[in-house]
Amino acid sequence: MASRILRNLHVIISSHYFMVVTVSCLCCRSRKMSGFLRYILDFKGANNIITKINTFINRIPEKKPTENIKVGPDGKFGIPQAAIDSVNRNKIGLKGPLMTPVGKGHRSLNLALRKEFNLYANVRPCRSLEGYKTLYDQVDVVTIRENTEGEYSGIEHEIVEGVVQSIKLITEDASRRVAEFAFQYAKENNRQKVTAVHKANIMRMSDGLFLRCCREAAKKFPDIKFEEKYLDTVCLNMVQDPRLYDVLVMPNLYGDILSDMCAGLVGGLGLTPSGNIGLNGALFESVHGTAPDIAGQDKANPTALLLSAVMMLRYMGLNSHADIIESACFQTIKEAKYLTGDLGGSAKCSEFTDQICEKIAKS
Amino acid sequence: MSLFASNISRILIPVLNTVAGNIHSTVSNTCSATCINDRPDCKTTCTLIPGDGVGPDLVNSVQEVFKAADIPVEFECHFLSEVNPDDSAPLEEVTSSILKNRVCLKGILASPDHSLTGELQTLNMKLRNALDLYANVVHVKSLPGVKCRHSNIDCVIIREQTEGEYSALEHESVKGVVECLKIITAKKSQRIAKFAFDYATKNHRKKVTAVHKANIMKLGDGLFLKCCEEMAKLYPRIDFEKMIVDNCTMQMVSNPNQFDVMVTPNLYGNILDNLAAGLVGGAGVVAGASYSIDCVVFEPGARHTFTQAVGKNVANPTAMLLCASKLLRHVNLPQYGEIIRNAVNKVLQEGEIKTKDIGGQCTTEQFTCAVINNLEFPCKC
Repeated sequence: MASRILRNLHVIISSHYFMVVTVSCLCCRSRKMSGFLRYILDFKGANNIITKINTFINRIPEKKPTENIKVGPDGKFGIPQAAIDSVNRNKIGLKGPLMTPVGKGHRSLNLALRKEFNLYANVRPCRSLEGYKTLYDQVDVVTIRENTEGEYSGIEHEIVEGVVQSIKLITEDASRRVAEFAFQYAKENNRQKVTAVHKANIMRMSDGLFLRCCREAAKKFPDIKFEEKYLDTVCLNMVQDPRLYDVLVMPNLYGDILSDMCAGLVGGLGLTPSGNIGLNGALFESVHGTAPDIAGQDKANPTALLLSAVMMLRYMGLNSHADIIESACFQTIKEAKYLTGDLGGSAKCSEFTDQICEKIAKS
Repeated sequence: MSLFASNISRILIPVLNTVAGNIHSTVSNTCSATCINDRPDCKTTCTLIPGDGVGPDLVNSVQEVFKAADIPVEFECHFLSEVNPDDSAPLEEVTSSILKNRVCLKGILASPDHSLTGELQTLNMKLRNALDLYANVVHVKSLPGVKCRHSNIDCVIIREQTEGEYSALEHESVKGVVECLKIITAKKSQRIAKFAFDYATKNHRKKVTAVHKANIMKLGDGLFLKCCEEMAKLYPRIDFEKMIVDNCTMQMVSNPNQFDVMVTPNLYGNILDNLAAGLVGGAGVVAGASYSIDCVVFEPGARHTFTQAVGKNVANPTAMLLCASKLLRHVNLPQYGEIIRNAVNKVLQEGEIKTKDIGGQCTTEQFTCAVINNLEFPCKC
């Protein structure tokens, strides 16, 4: 039965610096577990991309993996305790994409992770990459999204047949927390302006509360400019002139929509890193899908996960390491000799990786 | 068989039109079908709400063009505003006027973040609810001469606008915790889904995309999605696809040409309208309309009052003129609508007279004059 669902969590702890947690799942060899087969195929996709990146990170000089934790959930979807303990111990994690089976009543693993580590803010920097041309250049925005409540509260009920009410929950504590984080982030990363994105003209109490918390936070950071914008206005202006915005802070759903839209401006989720900041630690991840169709073909683009790792290094204060890896990555994309299929090249993931490693070794 | 029938009707209708035109134009046989000599004797009355911000300027521009083109439409002007309650006409008066005329041209009403009376419903919502303007249709199309990153965009966004996030049901359960209700009903979801598929059928569109977030709001958006899916089964000749709203915005900025007709709940429609408007040149160039069972309100597709431009004479009247052109088509004066649209297109295409928002230096007035100068009457018999 060892072959039914093998590995669900794969933890690599590297030296003293940092720990890499990759959640992945291996394919089951036994076709008897048909109920799970579909999900497992999806997970397989995740796994293959992850493995690539694992080997990749392992090969970056100075960082040696010292510990691998493998955990099996015994047919149950959920985050294994060992992984949770591991993140709690180290306070920082890095993870690849996770697929949640749709419509089978499974709670999203991403959601479970968020709850477990109290990851209240999701940060996504979107920056135009030199060498990969999209219709929009000079994009340089950071979306900061409240990650624990709002439209994602999961409180819904059917009052009478055919009438459903979904509750959007906004609390002062969570709003203040994310607003202050946004300003703090802006300050630490030398950003000039924070824009609160809201729809308080429609949802006067809930978004009004969020907005009020942002205003109060703004007062504590007088050297950072603060502005308030309606969600629709931001959407309209963003596609016309992305330079208008710097750091954006917003409630959950708006953040979800805008962060994906901004990713679209710079070339998709395969290029945008993401970090989740929490009370009990931080989790950095790539947010693209699990891409089961290209699993195992050495075709995936590791940029998003790599840049997430860079964000993680910065979060830990290892800025010099972060800069080296980041510039090597940007340089490789700029040279455009080894680009993966999604960027219009034909290089393999491993070739792309080799190129980056070479550049790191040189620097 | 049905394909054959539609082909036949496509061939026959222009022929019939020409015949009808010829019957009307007994005076001169050289007249084309678009001739304006079948001018109605009486004027059509239409309610006019100038709106806030630059609304009055834009409406003024429309009225000037109408005057110059001698269009048989009379406006019944009502000033409605939430930010200037002292000048505003009572809502009942405006709604009864719209119900009587069954057609309205409306600028944008500003919705402030909070009301003095602590009311949660905005005036816009009240107007929509009073008239039951359930379907908002925004046709986003790339315009000639307006430089944008994307070209050949042609999609229609159909938005449910009487429920969802705009229900104005909010309460503070304990201090610092606010609950906001989003209401989705099967009845209204079915109604908008049917509207979307009917629209697609009538306008020879190929595909309807339902935009949702049912992976998170499993019951609410799930219900909306289910209604769309069921409706799709009744229209087998129209393709149906579903898309999650965040993915949809991403696709919209990277590959907008894939979209045809989109049907969305309230808030997502608001987001997509604006996003799509941004892709083709901004809030100043996209026209929209809100439909109820018995009346239509024509208003710009992306709702911005553009308050910072008040009095500066820089706003772009294109959206409002295109709304007016659609209005004319709706009240069975399609030739006049065509004249205005052609004039606007010609001015944009020539590209000499452009307002600031699309990269020019001209004023609203200059643009309006240019449109008036380009009004071309097919023939005055």
